[in-house]
Amino acid sequence: MVQVSNADRTILKGGHVVDPVNGVDGSADVLIDGGCVTRVGPNLEVEPGTVVIEVPRGCVVCPGFIDMHVHLREPGHEHKETVATGVAAAVAGGFTAVACMPNTDPVNDDASITRLILGRAAQAGLARVYPVGAVTKGQAGEQLAQIGELRAAGCVAVSDDGRPVANAALMRRALEYAAMFDMPVIDHCEDVSLAGDGVAHEGHRAAVLGLRGLPAAAETIIVERDVILSGLTGSPVHIAHISARGALDAVRAGKHRGIRVSCEVTPHHFTLTDEQLAGYDTNYKMNPPLREAADVEGMLDGLRDGSIDCIATDHAPHHYDEKLVEFDRAPFGIVGLETAVSICLDRLVHAGHVPLSRLVELLAVNPARVLGVPGGALTPGAPADITVLAPDLAVTVEAAAFRSLARNTPFNGWSLRGGVAATMVGGRTVYVNATVAGAAAFDQHLAALG
Amino acid sequence: MLPRADGTRHDAGIPLTEGRGSSGVPPVFGTPAGLRAKDLLSIGDLSADEIQLILDTAEAMKEVGTRTIKKVPTLRGKTVVNLFFEASTRTRASFEIAEKRLSADTLNVTTAASSVAKGETLADTVRNLEAMAPDVIVLRHASAGAGHLAARLCRARVINAGDGMHEHPTQALLDALTIRQRKGKVKGLQVSIIGDLLHSRVLRSNVLLLRALGAEVCTCGPATLMLPDMARLGVRATTSIDEAVEDADVIMLLRIQLERMRGYFFPSLREYFQQFGMTAARLRRAKPDVIIMHPGPMNRGVEIASDVADGPYSVILEQVANGVAVRMAVLYLLAGARHE
Repeated sequence: MVQVSNADRTILKGGHVVDPVNGVDGSADVLIDGGCVTRVGPNLEVEPGTVVIEVPRGCVVCPGFIDMHVHLREPGHEHKETVATGVAAAVAGGFTAVACMPNTDPVNDDASITRLILGRAAQAGLARVYPVGAVTKGQAGEQLAQIGELRAAGCVAVSDDGRPVANAALMRRALEYAAMFDMPVIDHCEDVSLAGDGVAHEGHRAAVLGLRGLPAAAETIIVERDVILSGLTGSPVHIAHISARGALDAVRAGKHRGIRVSCEVTPHHFTLTDEQLAGYDTNYKMNPPLREAADVEGMLDGLRDGSIDCIATDHAPHHYDEKLVEFDRAPFGIVGLETAVSICLDRLVHAGHVPLSRLVELLAVNPARVLGVPGGALTPGAPADITVLAPDLAVTVEAAAFRSLARNTPFNGWSLRGGVAATMVGGRTVYVNATVAGAAAFDQHLAALG
Repeated sequence: MLPRADGTRHDAGIPLTEGRGSSGVPPVFGTPAGLRAKDLLSIGDLSADEIQLILDTAEAMKEVGTRTIKKVPTLRGKTVVNLFFEASTRTRASFEIAEKRLSADTLNVTTAASSVAKGETLADTVRNLEAMAPDVIVLRHASAGAGHLAARLCRARVINAGDGMHEHPTQALLDALTIRQRKGKVKGLQVSIIGDLLHSRVLRSNVLLLRALGAEVCTCGPATLMLPDMARLGVRATTSIDEAVEDADVIMLLRIQLERMRGYFFPSLREYFQQFGMTAARLRRAKPDVIIMHPGPMNRGVEIASDVADGPYSVILEQVANGVAVRMAVLYLLAGARHE
């Protein structure tokens, strides 16, 4: 568990608070006691002995952001990332919690692996870590993993992410079984026969480049299947990293029918297209692949109209050696924890697609709801997990400065408007951005706590 | 007359590539203006003028192959590495002959005998070769974009000799030279390309090149072997071979890559030949002076009947002959140019 400070009371004074669950969107103070939020309101009285943090001018205080889809790579691939470096990247990116996928080595299909991950997270003491267990043993898609035991050890959901649950009968049973433990099944939707050995979105760009295609239909067909199976079982299903317009249409239609389907989109799938592939840069290789402009437009529509529930990074660290190979031999995936918030502020909020309160829903409220974990609101009694945004901060992405072990990002060098000022977990400051004027107030907090 | 390897027509024995003492020497063999791009990875790297320059240069290079001593000193002192990660007879031989006729020092590295067999990455192979300061790396590789990776990692100029399903630029250039030689022009001709379009790097390079030179391109093959959006390539697409042959000036057949088929794309070679094989009977719809081209290696009785391959319309061996001249031209224009 994350350490919770027994500090004296702390107050965040003078910030703009955006807390959609409690209907707050304006100037307010946040009082924290014993690691939990105790009061939110304008001009709260400061009792003697309270540590006062003046929120820097222009900064926004939000419930802590939750990235419900990351790969921390430990155990087994510590050369790519460890739990410690992953959570350091998380808090630097404004995330107070992450849910980590089970495709480690060995796979997190066993309580001992779950406990190891949670132990490493407790040692790091930064972001909260919610392990996602495997749906099937070894993620082999043949028999159910011991989902009840994974739940007892601390898993919050199950997924075979990296690959789909290809067998429809097994997916049906997984939905039924996991629901007994109040766990959603998170599916990586890809029809493996249609996807074949594709490496890029099937379309004009990949055709010209001679890259084998991953058709959008391979994604859509499994999303349609999952919506139908969710309807059949009445169990919740969560669609990981949605990218194809048709797949989102399937989710939207399912929601209209009252089916318990939710979905997430990554920042790269609402900002980049397959046109980026021209130079064969493997930092544009991920699965699902970058799709076409119409798909990006579709994702933006879904973010606006509510059919997309969450933004998640699919943070997929790889060593640079692994990416410095022929495009078709490179592993899929890019890192995202330290760029997501800036991209969201710049490309969604400042671009006028969604208001800040909707962004907080996408990054905090809904991930907490889908995973059934605490957070997402600054309700009295809730853990004081807080993300402080500097929405107008000029940010230049510098991969070399990442806390993550990995540098595989297509956003290196991008100039973006908006960033993170500070991150608090359980009332404790875990990250301060020195480039934000006045953010040192959060350092004082650290000092005051001794 | 072009300079002889023995230097009899050569001013003071100075290698022409140094660009000195060039008076009286045909301009094409002086230091060339070169090409804009450092590398030749795609036909898209070339302007229409550069394509013409390469073809004109290749015309001049052809003469070297007719001499008793088939050699000019143009690339003397330049090192060219032929780095071939895929089996190749024609292309590798063609490049090597081209290099030798230009007096370059050549080195052949093939996968079976290289560190790649020991698990070395392409990046490391290229960086190690680069450390030995070659001037040009000619790369054949099964992965699309392998040349782009190599080019990013070295100062040597990289010539793409075929990268997966992406491109094979020197093949398209030699095809264009062959067409120009036979027809006197490329612009306005109807060129029909028939076969496995989807997996073909020859198709991709040829479409770019033929469009750049103003030919009308018609593509034809089974619906399963089309690219997803043929119209966006600026070409006509049909599944009717009769339509593709009708009034064609040039028919280019593409190899059916037997190893890729797995029974998904068409049911059998027999049925392929029935539907799409180029036969003498089908050829009657074409223009009377049609030429038949094939990049090789041919599958006789699959995409092309033997009597067509060996018949009077076939220019297949001219293509091979032109391959040497085109590769000499490309090597000369890239490696003969001064490094920045």
